[in-house]
Amino acid sequence: MINKEQTLLMNQSKKGRKAINLPSIGVPETSLPDSKFLRKDIELPEVAQLDLIRYFTNLSSLNYSIDTNFYPLGSCTMKYNPKINEQISAIKGFASSHPNQSDENIQGNLEIMYDLQNELGEITGLPAVSLAPLAGAQGEYAGLLIAREYHNHNNQKNRNIALIPDSAHGTNPASASMAGLDAVTIKTTNEGDIDLEDLKNKVNENVCVLMLTLPSTLGLFEPNILEITKIIHDNGGLVYADGANLNALLGITKFGELGIDICHSNLHKTFSTPHGGGGPGSGPVMVAKFLEKYLPYPHIKKDGGKFIQYKPEFSVGRLNGFYGSFGILVRAYAYIRSLGAEGLREISENAIINANYIQERLKEHYELTSSRRCMHETVLSASKQKEDGVKAIDIAKKLLDEGFHAPTMYFPLIVEEALMIEPTESESKETIDKFITAMIKISELSKTNPDEITNAPLNLPVERLDEAQAARNPVLAWEKK
Amino acid sequence: MKNSPYIPSTDLDQKEMLQTIGAKTFKDLLNDVPKKMLFPALKLKEALSEQELVEFFELMANNNFASKSISSFMGGGAYNHYIPSTVKSMIQRGEFLTSYTPYQPEASQGTLQVGFEFQSMIAQLFDMEVCNAGMYDGPTALAEAALMACRIKRNNTVVIHSSIPEKSLEVIKAYSKWQDIELINYDDMSNDESSEYGCLLVQSPNQYGEIEDVEKLADEIHSKNGLIVQHTYPISLGLLKPPGQLSVDIATAEGQPLGVPVSFGGPFIGLLTCKKEYIRQLPGRIIGQTVDKNNKVSYALTLQTREQHIRRESATSNICTSTQLIGLMVAVYLATMGPNGIKSVAETSYHRAHYFASELDKIDDFKLVSKNFFNEFVIETKIDVSKINKVLLKNNIEGGIDISDKDSNKIMFAVTELNSPEIIRKTIDILGEKID
Repeated sequence: MINKEQTLLMNQSKKGRKAINLPSIGVPETSLPDSKFLRKDIELPEVAQLDLIRYFTNLSSLNYSIDTNFYPLGSCTMKYNPKINEQISAIKGFASSHPNQSDENIQGNLEIMYDLQNELGEITGLPAVSLAPLAGAQGEYAGLLIAREYHNHNNQKNRNIALIPDSAHGTNPASASMAGLDAVTIKTTNEGDIDLEDLKNKVNENVCVLMLTLPSTLGLFEPNILEITKIIHDNGGLVYADGANLNALLGITKFGELGIDICHSNLHKTFSTPHGGGGPGSGPVMVAKFLEKYLPYPHIKKDGGKFIQYKPEFSVGRLNGFYGSFGILVRAYAYIRSLGAEGLREISENAIINANYIQERLKEHYELTSSRRCMHETVLSASKQKEDGVKAIDIAKKLLDEGFHAPTMYFPLIVEEALMIEPTESESKETIDKFITAMIKISELSKTNPDEITNAPLNLPVERLDEAQAARNPVLAWEKK
Repeated sequence: MKNSPYIPSTDLDQKEMLQTIGAKTFKDLLNDVPKKMLFPALKLKEALSEQELVEFFELMANNNFASKSISSFMGGGAYNHYIPSTVKSMIQRGEFLTSYTPYQPEASQGTLQVGFEFQSMIAQLFDMEVCNAGMYDGPTALAEAALMACRIKRNNTVVIHSSIPEKSLEVIKAYSKWQDIELINYDDMSNDESSEYGCLLVQSPNQYGEIEDVEKLADEIHSKNGLIVQHTYPISLGLLKPPGQLSVDIATAEGQPLGVPVSFGGPFIGLLTCKKEYIRQLPGRIIGQTVDKNNKVSYALTLQTREQHIRRESATSNICTSTQLIGLMVAVYLATMGPNGIKSVAETSYHRAHYFASELDKIDDFKLVSKNFFNEFVIETKIDVSKINKVLLKNNIEGGIDISDKDSNKIMFAVTELNSPEIIRKTIDILGEKID
């Protein structure tokens, strides 16, 4: 393989080079501010345009991406990101639309937001929707703020506990902390279902909210969901659903009908907006009608024939500078409009069939967490392979060598050597079969030649990294030699 | 036939897979879902073909003034600057656009090295030691900086300077409400020498465009054992002294002006920089340089024990997905501009703003009230601001922000290199005519 090491821009820089011509000032000049406010010099790279383009283009080729590889990355829903949605979000009337413009001059934007609020409300069965949260974690935080404000308003300020299953994403307890809630862990069974006895023991008059991921992080639908929501409601608490796994439920069932009061959805998962190497995302929060008055602002409503923004009566406040991740909202709405109700149901149907197919074909080769049918993802364990010295991380790295992105590993925390696999609906049976073949090959190799796995990856731009050194002696920016 | 072009499985594929699974129908896979709640009706708008989709969204976009705008003088936290072709072309690369968070560094060196370049160039622009890989937007970066300062100082009193705009203050309130944090106004800060504070938040250029004496404020809060957090406008750092030379401890900014469209307020990127000693309290992702097994220079996410996926309820923040792709836009923008380009954009914005302001001041009904400003300024007027903006809109020019209070009508204009000398003169001519 060609050595693809790319020299940092500052090390390529040469005084006198430039990548762009800019307009001259063009008006009579004014005196500058007092010299104590003025800057002397700036150190930034000086490169010619071709070198710049070649540098970034070559860097891009060092990445795996959806456009180039299959990402069976559990809980991340790495589905196809339709190109048309990129084109639509770049339309001048959206991209150059200023967020401080008054309502009558932004009716197009407000109508899209209003319609998206309604569609997400209908899909989840929780009709009051705020599009403000900028990512899933901010959606969680918004949901918890709403729960706190609701209890406050009902003179139950004492409710300061968030019940969180031990299988939850790390953002759940972190968001609870930010909302000043004490995170109390609820046990789950070996199959990741809520331990009902433990839940009953821990529910009390101080519980603000139960945070539940549905389907669970083990990819299973919680069979006792109706009983769970009843237990919480009977005690005066609210039920929050982490919608990270919503891709399993489109047209299959609605959160609102299961007794859930609040949920969020990651538009960069279920609704196909690109992950961008780690954002931008968008995490709208959906709530039952009785919680609408607590939503963050600005919220959009229709008044006569006009769309207007307003602040709900007991709003939990403003979560960001303007309206949320508008460019992402446009993409998500375009996705929903390109599918309609029937298309969305097909999405979940195919995502679930694909995951079950993988589970069925790999269950003889890897330890299965549960013998039940999974939803949109399946969690395998590399515990058998570990006996031969091959861990989940080794299998992940070997898959990279085979041209597949690694599954999510070591999550959920309750599964030993977890490998969480989510194929999504986007992949063809042929691609999935190739992945299964690679997984079986790796399992067999773990018995015959484990070193070949533990040394992987060998086919990528770099081999395994010394991540301990990166943390011990942090180098976080270019430094002059 | 499937309804969606995004699903490759044919009916036959599905049948074969169900057979392998051992299920007769898809419904057999859903035994855990309560029967009554299975397959609810979805009342959604009808599906559109790709062509109809474009037509529909074009129509929506045409309902925004922006579709016909030829120039904009609107700022207040989001600014129109020229976006180079290099940025627009790199953002379209699927290898960047459709990749995941770089938890597998061997398969993500592109994203990681770009992130390292981003951190390096922002650190240099701010002249600060350390920068993270990006927050959601400017106001959330400022709010997280305030929380961070309180953790560092173990003091939960945050002093808010009047330079901080209302919207940012609202975000700070939403972020700090349940954390026992007290927000007080700068004017209410005690002169008592023994009083101590967590931090002072100041914005310069401030919410009306004026340059603040940050160094003086830094000395003041340092004497009360607090940190100084400066929020700034990154383009201004092409001309003005950066936070790192003003004794600033933590500096934040809205990164949008650096190559990102205003896009109705998002997605943007929050810039968050600090002194190296505070790094363990820095929220968000951080990319570090290291080596691989063969000693080859490489990059990885680092110091992850601060983050939610490791530390859970004790993490520095709940932030997970942030704004890596916008970081790419900013990195390509700064690399394209270089030191001379960023200086040119800052100076052109400065001089054109001052020229526009002084010419407006010459018009009878307008009075310039700003003094030491960068590129945004306030005009006091007897005329109703909505009337001024209406006249400009008629000429396809986006006017200023109405910041009138009960005492007087005020309009705030922002000027950048995108407001050509011709447009500025045309606008002066339009506003020189009688408005009613």
